Amino acid sequence: MTYIKPKFRHPDLPKNAVGFTKTDYEGVISTLCAGCGHDSISGSIVQACYEMSIEPHRVAKLSGIGCSSKTPNYFLNNSHGFNSVHGRMPSVATGANMANRDLIYLGVSGDGDTASIGMGQFVHAIRRNLNMLYIVMNNGCYGLTKGQDSATADAGSVSKSGSVNPFEGIDLVGMALELGATFVARSFSGDKTQLVPLIKAALSHNGFALIDVLSPCVTFNNNVGSTKSYDYVRDHIEALAEIGYVPEKEEITVSYDSGSSVDVELHDGSSVQLHKLAEGWDPRDRQAAMSRLQQAKAEGEILTGLVYVDPDSKDLHEIIKSDKRPLNSLKEEDLCPGAGVLAMINDEFR
Amino acid sequence: MRNLTGVNDLVVRFANVNGTGSASANNMFAMSIFRMGIPMTAKNIFPSNIQGLPTWYEVRVSEKGYLGRREGVDIMLCVNPQSMKQDVASVKPGGYFLYDNTKNLHKDFIREDVNYIGIPMIGICMRLYSDARQRQLFKNMIYVGALAALLDIELEVVKGIIADEFKKKPKLIEPNVQAMMAGVTYIKENYEHPLGLRVERRDLVGDAIVIDGNTACGIGAVYAGATVAGWYPITPSTSLVEAFAKYSNRLRVDPETGLKKVAIVQAEDELAAFGMVLGANWNGARAFTATSGPGLSLMNEFLGLAYFAEIPAVLVDVQRGGPSTGMPTRTQQSDLLLAAYASHGDTKHVLLIPSNPSECFDFMADAFDLAERLQTPIIVMTDLDLGMNEHLSAPLKWDDARRYDRGKVYTAEDLDALSAMGKQFGRYLDVDGDGIPYRTLPATHPTKGSFFTRGTSHDEYARYTEDGVKNAQVLDRLTKKWDTAKEILPLPEFYQAQNESNIGMIFFGTTTYAALEAIDLLKQEEGITLDAMRATAFPFHASVEAFIEAHDQIFVIEQNRDAQFRTLLINELEINPKKLIKVLNYDGMPITADAIRNGIAKHLEAIKL
Repeated sequence: MTYIKPKFRHPDLPKNAVGFTKTDYEGVISTLCAGCGHDSISGSIVQACYEMSIEPHRVAKLSGIGCSSKTPNYFLNNSHGFNSVHGRMPSVATGANMANRDLIYLGVSGDGDTASIGMGQFVHAIRRNLNMLYIVMNNGCYGLTKGQDSATADAGSVSKSGSVNPFEGIDLVGMALELGATFVARSFSGDKTQLVPLIKAALSHNGFALIDVLSPCVTFNNNVGSTKSYDYVRDHIEALAEIGYVPEKEEITVSYDSGSSVDVELHDGSSVQLHKLAEGWDPRDRQAAMSRLQQAKAEGEILTGLVYVDPDSKDLHEIIKSDKRPLNSLKEEDLCPGAGVLAMINDEFR
Repeated sequence: MRNLTGVNDLVVRFANVNGTGSASANNMFAMSIFRMGIPMTAKNIFPSNIQGLPTWYEVRVSEKGYLGRREGVDIMLCVNPQSMKQDVASVKPGGYFLYDNTKNLHKDFIREDVNYIGIPMIGICMRLYSDARQRQLFKNMIYVGALAALLDIELEVVKGIIADEFKKKPKLIEPNVQAMMAGVTYIKENYEHPLGLRVERRDLVGDAIVIDGNTACGIGAVYAGATVAGWYPITPSTSLVEAFAKYSNRLRVDPETGLKKVAIVQAEDELAAFGMVLGANWNGARAFTATSGPGLSLMNEFLGLAYFAEIPAVLVDVQRGGPSTGMPTRTQQSDLLLAAYASHGDTKHVLLIPSNPSECFDFMADAFDLAERLQTPIIVMTDLDLGMNEHLSAPLKWDDARRYDRGKVYTAEDLDALSAMGKQFGRYLDVDGDGIPYRTLPATHPTKGSFFTRGTSHDEYARYTEDGVKNAQVLDRLTKKWDTAKEILPLPEFYQAQNESNIGMIFFGTTTYAALEAIDLLKQEEGITLDAMRATAFPFHASVEAFIEAHDQIFVIEQNRDAQFRTLLINELEINPKKLIKVLNYDGMPITADAIRNGIAKHLEAIKL
């Protein structure tokens, strides 16, 4: 069922720079379970887009199949959405982006959709540095089919039925770093103060931005012994830094002790300000990020925050040297060489 | 022994080793015939291999303009010891076997009823060239010269082709001409020439061109305004996207910035290739991909989504021999059922079936218009024979007055006008009664026209629904759209004045060459007159059913084992299946007129008894 939200709007709701209220960024009422982490992530997406004053119709939201992939219906009602097939969202997003480089592409996927059936497409979207934000709503289990372990479930994690997962879990953040991703972050659905600035920074990034968001499944994977439960994640989380997102042309107002703060200017002139909590780590140093990630894993910590960013990243269009104009805006006169040229081509085959 | 004789009616086969540069020499031979104004057709019979295995090239010269394959080799040019035994065996009695006699031919290869013409190709090369690679390459030119002298090919024509071939490397013109002339001289000094079997200049090719179907499709996609291609390499479709890339690089690059008005991405597999095509079409670009059977199998999932969510897409299936990996370098028409009903559930797709390169070009342009008009995938069904072999074809034609049909797409103004009338945009509403709804593209309007594209059951406003009645309404509207498609697809072609016979013949695609020749053979040699129809599209136009109705027996000629086209006819039309008689060929080689003639004559003989 799709529920229609009441149309009533409070007349005094504040508007952002492009004239939209926060409710203009919402979608239909969620049909996910009460307390689902995914709904919190949808809330963070709404807040980030509202605060960044993105015109909602400039966003294309895409997804695969699964609980997570339903969420694009629950935010950004004025954006076109594409709920594709299981594990294939990256290729649809790639084609959409090839057609129009000027839109903002927001892909939502789950751990089954990304780390199992969609692993091939996920990996290759990273390789091509497709300009998009790819959010994984990661709960370590298959919800819609009632709780089977997914490929990101940690070895030893206990399911609701009491069985212990015997297989190694795939760490999407580590894999993305290895593959050369240009923006890699991890967060927690319950931590909006971290997630919202991360989403903003990712939307400002020129290239593939991965945010792996731990998002507990309240129905099937929130039990004692699960490593993706609310309690477990809260107890083991280790943030790399406090994060502030500073829009373009806005002054940095918060100041941290010198030496502990890093400001990274992003492609669109905005910047992320990071107050480091972890030693020996720089978000622009891939090697340091990988080593810090390995260290956290060894210590049983869940590392969150902006793990790595390459502010000079070149996206797919720059790599393949396609026209600066959106290709879908080109007309016959731009594209069709005409009968005269065809006569010359014919001559080459005689 | 009676030697074969005749003018402009012969088959020459070249037996080479793959990867030795023979292709360009063989092509020069074929083009010499063409430039002498004589119709010819060339077939590459090649292995799935890069270097070392046997490969053949067959040229049929036909004054009557028959462009299908013909059984029987009149002249065999054999430079491959590996295949020599079968090559000798394949020569017609009274035919000619040309070989390198630098070494003596083993007695096992001697037939009493074949003429042997030895040319010391390696010997001549050893004398003329010092470099090993040159000896290899120029050996090929020596046999081109020998054939020219034997068949009376005009040497100025051959020289002209060499000059064109090496336009960009003019230093190579002279040595190639020298090698070719060494072959000519050797024949002139050692054999009677020309043979009784020879060629003679005519004026029969008009403004025709010689081009393969993949190149014609690739150029067609450029003219059709395709800007996005996602693809995965697979024989025999690879050269189609490569042609699209080549002509895009030539015609769509800004000379100042070097930026391209095209985006081509080699995908990780065929699933992703088709996903890219859907994403781009959804977002308002014209996008396509090309593949062959194994790739089409993988694309089934997305084809179902495209059908149900009503997303335009263009896909070319260059069919090869199946099942499974099958014969990657041989031809068949055996993906018809897979393509027509690709994906689970009640799903069907529009097919366009071109028969020659010029039609490949036209149907590519039509495919993009139809995909956007009908908001559904259009699958262009070619095959390896059409895609990879060079065909004598009408020139590619484009009418500058032609405009792209972008289909039913609401603009921001349309959406404002709609709401001013108090109407709500519904992505799947049948506004015009033709089963085709209106779509909007992302970013059209800040507050109107957005919708959620999905493969789940949906109502007319693209909202998820589990209401069975609403889902059935959507399925019924898709059937209505299917009926609309029948009216706007390319029409079948009929080969009959009125109904002259109670016997009919149906064929399509590359079978056309052999079928048209078979009609002549049946008339001239068997006294049988047939009416004929060439199918060009699926679903079928009403005239297809009328043609079947009007005849008592209809031979359905196709290049697969299971008579798949016949199944489509039976499945889609209200006809008596008993009237449809199968004539099939599925050995991976293009069907011949003799095979069709024999199949039909044998059946008619049998029912007479």
